[in-house]
Amino acid sequence: MADIPDITIEVKDLVKTYGSLTAVNHLNFTVKRGEIVGLLGPNGAGKSTTMRILTGYLPATSGSVRICGQPVASHPEETKRHVGYMPENNPLPEDMRVSEYLWFRGRLKEMPRARLRARIDEVLELCDLKRNRHRILGRLSKGNKQRVGIAEAILAEPAVIIMDEPTIGLDPHQIIIVRNLIASLRGRMSVIISSHILPEIEETCDRVLIINGGRIVAQGSPADLRHEIFGHTTYRVELAGDTANLAADVAALDPSLQVSTLGDRGADGFLSATLMTGATDDLGEKLLLGLPARGYRVRSLGHIQPSLEDVFLAATRRSWDARLPDKKPAQGDNRAPLPKV
Amino acid sequence: MRHYFTILSHEIRALLYNPSTYIAAVLFLLVMGFVFTGILDAYSRSPQETAPAVVFFQLFWIPVLFMVPLLTMKSFAEERRLGTLETLLTTPVSTAEVVLGKFSAAYLFYVLLWGSTLGFHYILQVYARDLRYLDSGPLIGGYLFVAVSGLLFIAIGILASAVTRSQAVAGILSFTLLLGLIGGLSYVSELSALNQEFLSPLRTTLEGLRIPGHVDDFTHGIVDTRQVFFYLTGSILALLFSILGVEAKILNS
Repeated sequence: MADIPDITIEVKDLVKTYGSLTAVNHLNFTVKRGEIVGLLGPNGAGKSTTMRILTGYLPATSGSVRICGQPVASHPEETKRHVGYMPENNPLPEDMRVSEYLWFRGRLKEMPRARLRARIDEVLELCDLKRNRHRILGRLSKGNKQRVGIAEAILAEPAVIIMDEPTIGLDPHQIIIVRNLIASLRGRMSVIISSHILPEIEETCDRVLIINGGRIVAQGSPADLRHEIFGHTTYRVELAGDTANLAADVAALDPSLQVSTLGDRGADGFLSATLMTGATDDLGEKLLLGLPARGYRVRSLGHIQPSLEDVFLAATRRSWDARLPDKKPAQGDNRAPLPKV
Repeated sequence: MRHYFTILSHEIRALLYNPSTYIAAVLFLLVMGFVFTGILDAYSRSPQETAPAVVFFQLFWIPVLFMVPLLTMKSFAEERRLGTLETLLTTPVSTAEVVLGKFSAAYLFYVLLWGSTLGFHYILQVYARDLRYLDSGPLIGGYLFVAVSGLLFIAIGILASAVTRSQAVAGILSFTLLLGLIGGLSYVSELSALNQEFLSPLRTTLEGLRIPGHVDDFTHGIVDTRQVFFYLTGSILALLFSILGVEAKILNS
């Protein structure tokens, strides 16, 4: 696949309305080749709608979507060739066998017979479905069905893979398998996955788009997002010694450091303190060297990471707050109901 | 049209796996068998004016009314309910290919089932040891009628399935449409209110659309192009509406 451009998905000013309800509101983003992008948002945020528009299943109200340089609206057949799609809940025909189903799908995706035969073996191996290849889809367990869905999506080696909640309803073992499977696609195919399960997105995705009410409210790598939303890093340190001058001492180490909380001293003389900094560099080493030099005994030092969950809650709440004043946004007042945060 | 055969073979497989196909087949052969023996019984008791094959085909509406819904109700409704229509239409196939593939598979089964009734006539001929019982003229005309009218009936079944997500609704809808088309049209064309002079063009049109009348023509060896044209355009129209129905449903999903 040499003819795949560097930017595989390009979404410009995408709008989708259902009657008076605006599901997607002026969405803009691009996805590069080989990138794994996570689409994050509460229910009804417009994730599934966006994905359906990308696949060419739903027409957009306005705006443009290009897959591998081709506009989806005017060249649906070409763009569909570049897309492997697994819808929400992964619908499968119940009365077919796994290998029959993959054969049928491969033929629909215009794969030549000889290559399809080899490729089916390959994806079955990749998705650990070899033992189940002759089983009937309706009798497979949820995890196996999900893997069939993924096998089907990657079958024709498309440039773009779109998966709507691929890990929903799986047990932790299966989630790890699916996650590794998605991670193994990195660099070869562009992948867009949506999920509410935040650790999922955090571990597999290079970039996260947080969508709320049909708009992107935050985007970037999980680390960037943390910084963008919270703007500070927190350290937790357990130390013993006289803490009267702790605030001045840490400020001397790095001017941006502040003591935010100071815990109670335990029986062994140690107490835990929370330090906050707006600096982007890691101050861990400075603290480890500087605190003992000023007469503190340090027992542990930890970096408190706001989880993506906090980021998500903050970002979706922020967009809610930000929109409270403008009762009448320029593009339609009606939008998907926003979640309670 | 490169995906047409892929979809066709998939649909034939789906029909073979589907219990309602076998229900339709068994019911059809049972009903037609009873009809056939009933006709033979009547003929053995007293001489009749028309050939047995003509009477046999005049009762075509009995199997059509239950067989067509059973064969077609699953086609789109089930895929929509399961959500597989979405995966199907996100591959490089067009809606027209999907509709045509499903239509062809159901039509093939319809024709095949009717074809199996040829066995009745063969058995009769074998047991009677008389070739005259195999009345080829009305048989050829009758089966031709079945093949041509089947296009329209199956297309109507597909249309009913294309506009709903429930198999039951699709089945009842196609039953109703077929009843209206076969029974309703011939009932309306015989209304005495149409006897007035100024309504005569309407009356002529409706009489031309009487499907039981078409059977008589075909079995008597008259292949009227107007009737063939009616079935062909009717089925094309129904298929076009099916394509529109599938796509319109997506827009409102």
